[in-house]
Amino acid sequence: MQNHSGHDLRSYLIGFVLAVVLTAIPFYVVITHALPPSRAMILIGVAAILQILVHLKFFLHINFTTTPKENLLAIVFTVVLIFIMVGGSFWIMFDLHQRMAV
Amino acid sequence: MSAAATAHDSEAAQTHEQRALGFWLYLMGDAVIFALLFATYVIMVNNTDGGPAGRDLFDLRNAAIETALLLVSSTTFGFASLSARTGNRGAVLFWLLVTFGLGAAFVSLEIREFAGMIAAGAGPDRSGFLSAFFTLVGTHGLHVSVGLVWILIMCGQVMMKGLSVPVVSRLFRLGLFWHFLDIAWVGIFSIVYLPGLL
Repeated sequence: MQNHSGHDLRSYLIGFVLAVVLTAIPFYVVITHALPPSRAMILIGVAAILQILVHLKFFLHINFTTTPKENLLAIVFTVVLIFIMVGGSFWIMFDLHQRMAV
Repeated sequence: MSAAATAHDSEAAQTHEQRALGFWLYLMGDAVIFALLFATYVIMVNNTDGGPAGRDLFDLRNAAIETALLLVSSTTFGFASLSARTGNRGAVLFWLLVTFGLGAAFVSLEIREFAGMIAAGAGPDRSGFLSAFFTLVGTHGLHVSVGLVWILIMCGQVMMKGLSVPVVSRLFRLGLFWHFLDIAWVGIFSIVYLPGLL
């Protein structure tokens, strides 16, 4: 029914392998304590963002050619909303935390 | 194909596109809910009130198994979608049931984890950290449970109605939901379990 190009077996398998790799790396680092905590956190964050992009592309088949404009706009709007609400919450709460600690 | 049939097909395609967009808007709303539950968790993570913290409670092996179950179930759902496209009814049912089994195993592991924590006195009423933890992970688990019920309903529809245009359209939206929940889980193991055990 969906005539999306790339919506085939290969797409799911590539997505699966990439997701396994991007999951295994942060788990391995946490199990072995191979990196100091601050660097491990950065690695966990980068792997998570990459994996979310992999899921969007290979499992949800979001791309810039066959995905309807409205759906892409909804994603962009949601990302902006999340940035404002989550960023704003962190700004307020961590600032408050700091002031209360003094 | 006759002109009437072509018109009917394009009408069906338009209905499908509209419903897919509507469901996509719901998922984006859900994404905002999860993002704010994540933010609440990050703000509350150190408010343990002298009680147990993540490193005392989380089991990395359990989190890894749950992660594997959801990831494999996302892939098997993809196989179900592909089988629906080629019109292979038996294969759709098979892959839907495999997906259901993996999802059910995930939920049962999570329930066991929650029950163990509550039995050890680390329930959601113990501290701000645990309230945020149970709300975030529980909301995800509830979504997966709803997805399981939905999978069973679609199994029934595939058996009784076959792979009709509306049934395949519903399967497509169930797929969006299921893959979306796997993305939310990537956030959970990356923000809750791994940093908690670092």
